[in-house]
Amino acid sequence: MSHQKSFQYADLLSVLERVVDIMSAPDQYSYPSVFIYGHRATGKSHVVLSIMKDLELPHASVDCVECVSSGLLFHQVLSAFFGPDAAALLPRCPSLSDFVRLYKQMSSNSPATQTRYIILDRAERMRDMDFSLLPALLRLQELVNDNVTVILLSEIVWEKFRPNTGCFEPLLFHFPDYSKGKSLVQILSWDHHPSYTPELYASYINILLGVFFSVCRDLRELRHLAVLNFSKFCEPLEKGEAKESDIHKLWKNIEPHLQRAMQTVYLREVSSVQWEQQQMDEKEATTLRVLSAHAHIELPYYSKFLLIAAYLASFNPARTDRRFFLKSHGKIRKTNFLKKHEKTSNHLLGPKPFPLDRLMAIFYSVVDSRVAPTASIFSQISSLVTLQLLSQVGHDDQLDSPKYKCSVSLDFILAISRCVCVCVRLLDLLALSLVIQSQVVRQERSLFTAVSNLHLL
Amino acid sequence: MANCLRLKINLCIVRFRGPQSATCCQRSCGHRKYAGQWREITGPAPVKMSKRRSAALTGAQGISLAQKLLRERLCHQKLPDQPVGLDSQYKHLLELLRRTAVHGESNSVLIVGPRGSGKTMLLGCVLRELMSLKEAQKNVLLVELNGLLQTDDKIALKEITRQLHLENVVGDKVFGSFAENLAFLLEALKKGDKSSSRPVLFVLDEFDLFAHHKNQTLLYNLLDVSQSAQTPVAVLGLTCRLDVLELLEKRVKSRFSHRQIHLFSSLSFAQYLDVVRAQLSLPPDFPDPKFSDEWNHSVTKLCEDKTVEEILRRNFNGSKDFRSLHSLLFLAVSRVSVSHSTLREADLIEAWRLISVDSKANVLHGLSILELCLIIAMKHLNDTYDGEPFNFQMVHNEFKKFIQRKSHSIHKFEKPVVMKAFEHLLQLELVRPVDSGVCKVQREYQLMRLMLEHGQVMEALQKYPQCPTDVKQWALSAFG
Repeated sequence: MSHQKSFQYADLLSVLERVVDIMSAPDQYSYPSVFIYGHRATGKSHVVLSIMKDLELPHASVDCVECVSSGLLFHQVLSAFFGPDAAALLPRCPSLSDFVRLYKQMSSNSPATQTRYIILDRAERMRDMDFSLLPALLRLQELVNDNVTVILLSEIVWEKFRPNTGCFEPLLFHFPDYSKGKSLVQILSWDHHPSYTPELYASYINILLGVFFSVCRDLRELRHLAVLNFSKFCEPLEKGEAKESDIHKLWKNIEPHLQRAMQTVYLREVSSVQWEQQQMDEKEATTLRVLSAHAHIELPYYSKFLLIAAYLASFNPARTDRRFFLKSHGKIRKTNFLKKHEKTSNHLLGPKPFPLDRLMAIFYSVVDSRVAPTASIFSQISSLVTLQLLSQVGHDDQLDSPKYKCSVSLDFILAISRCVCVCVRLLDLLALSLVIQSQVVRQERSLFTAVSNLHLL
Repeated sequence: MANCLRLKINLCIVRFRGPQSATCCQRSCGHRKYAGQWREITGPAPVKMSKRRSAALTGAQGISLAQKLLRERLCHQKLPDQPVGLDSQYKHLLELLRRTAVHGESNSVLIVGPRGSGKTMLLGCVLRELMSLKEAQKNVLLVELNGLLQTDDKIALKEITRQLHLENVVGDKVFGSFAENLAFLLEALKKGDKSSSRPVLFVLDEFDLFAHHKNQTLLYNLLDVSQSAQTPVAVLGLTCRLDVLELLEKRVKSRFSHRQIHLFSSLSFAQYLDVVRAQLSLPPDFPDPKFSDEWNHSVTKLCEDKTVEEILRRNFNGSKDFRSLHSLLFLAVSRVSVSHSTLREADLIEAWRLISVDSKANVLHGLSILELCLIIAMKHLNDTYDGEPFNFQMVHNEFKKFIQRKSHSIHKFEKPVVMKAFEHLLQLELVRPVDSGVCKVQREYQLMRLMLEHGQVMEALQKYPQCPTDVKQWALSAFG
């Protein structure tokens, strides 16, 4: 990429100047530890490593995700500064004490003429390692008595790192995020295809940001989406249907496509390869085969009813069963129906566990034909548990009264009940359960009219 | 991008070292030559310095040397000639150690003080003076242990053996217990005539971490030796915890002499200002007296400036310790270069701004609109239900209410897209699950808490770039 354009990187430049100031006297001491934080893809690792390479400073760059044990970190640091022979002197499972002792020994043999930098990327992982590793590294300069500085790079703020009894506080620097108009559009425009003009690409980026910017600001995601969808954007140009200046036409072509991308590729429901293939042979608007189970799971006939019954059992309180599922239930008594507060409506709190007997009772009232309680019905319940559409609550030892919970969402249940050729009554039951649970019932009169309407069906 | 970055870095270096250095910094031409120039100016050998003492230094050399001195003082925590404001503690500690080193009396003492109050500095000064005494110099052995490094008693014992240079004496001997091993080591330190043995000073940094070892074996044995009249041993603990004695077991606590030296800074603001001036001034033995006089004069004028005094007062009100002062001064001093050869008040203002910024507000600045709306929804839930934990379903519910009733600019997003935004907030640790271990609940129903305060959210909203007005109105409204 050869561009000599100037950036409007004003905030980043001021931070950059501060950071370079600190590193600008390599033969003198620098602050023992520096902490740089900022969102993903704001350039933290790239800038720090570029500075190291340009000023030719001795540095050891370690990614903390790779260091499953602290010994790997010590090994990488020692081999970067003193060569692999020094690292080989570390014992089998090195402790921090071994590392500091070896470092002192090596640095007394070859003292630092320039400040040595240890760069720890994704430093939030260090909190999960030994508890003394982070505080010790923050004051490494004092412990080994050498001209070394530790730079921590992370996405998470420093307050989450501080140990309980305190530690040596590093200097904090924030790498700012990109602003939409100035920086982000400029950066994304660098990937422009050589056969089209930069202005066309810039307008494409503006359209893309118009759809995605309010959802996501991660540069990597946006670049990925830009690359995937550009060929679709240029389709009308290639076919000769529109010219480069017809932005409105191009926009109308690409916009529904981008909306669909938000629901599939952005969520990683389909892979990029599948998405590109789909674009190539898209003659009719076929639905994409998404990864998640919801669209294409196929269940046997009675399993669907079992699942619907499980959903009703999970989300309706047990005392309402008589009202809904008995064909005749006598007088409708005026009771305080919903005693609980609106917030604790079941849809918000999650599914409740129910015993097997209740499930079977609701199942028999929901299913339209007479079903005998055979083993094949019960085995379908077990297979629903295996498919993780139901989950078993409680101990495995409880064989006589197992309890289950429904773990699918309402959209899935509605999709299933549409597939099943079911009578209107079932849909009304579901609708009624929604009415009860999601509204604040201020007047019980409206509730009773709803129930009596159901009774009339 | 890399080219422009390099250009910017070069510009920054030019500021520091002067115009001729920029071309030298390219990798193609003589970087070696440039590196040689550095070494020449601030060479490690003091001999070169003395040759130039009489000659006046050029501007760049003077600045470079001033930077070196100040950085050693501020970053590397070089020991001052005399600790400030700690006279009685200094005398007490020196007397105690002198009795151990010269007269053979066993002692134990704890130095207690908050982080950055000068414990290590005080100990360093006392040890420096102690080692200048002739009798102490010959006899005394120093063992320095650190609770962060020696996390286990076995490791600590190996370290003691190593620091007393007794590896070959111990050899392959296997000892039954820690006490036997330690007794053997101390026995081996006896000098030729069996009557006297050399006094040993054990310095235990981060003393409270040693109290977490199994059975507190090391502490027990060290204090036991200091109580029994065998080898003259001084056990010095440094810790930041005021309640360190509560951590000790009964048998360990009884062997401890309960002597504590507390370091609480009792400086007034005027003394604090004097300390600042002293930290920034160059010493009288600086090679170029004219340069150091100018520098000290500018520092004095700076300290009398009103805005600078305001900044120092705010720092003083926050914490009186020297470590935070050093980080503030270092950020200002690092700006000094050839083109910018004195400390100005703008540097200090800039440094203060960097230190006192709220990091969570910076993080909130970079969130997308959807994520910001989720945070506002969580804030409303917190306000309505007095901080009770919520789950994703409740947040989504609030968000849907906003979309349906009040919003014009935000259009409806599918639930999985909202879930992805919520997971991003989880990853940034702005939202945390209440019980982090248990995952038996579905993701949407897991209870969470918001790690931001009402005030932080409102402040971030003011600074958020191009925030839609309906979102702002929603945040300000009391009823969600």
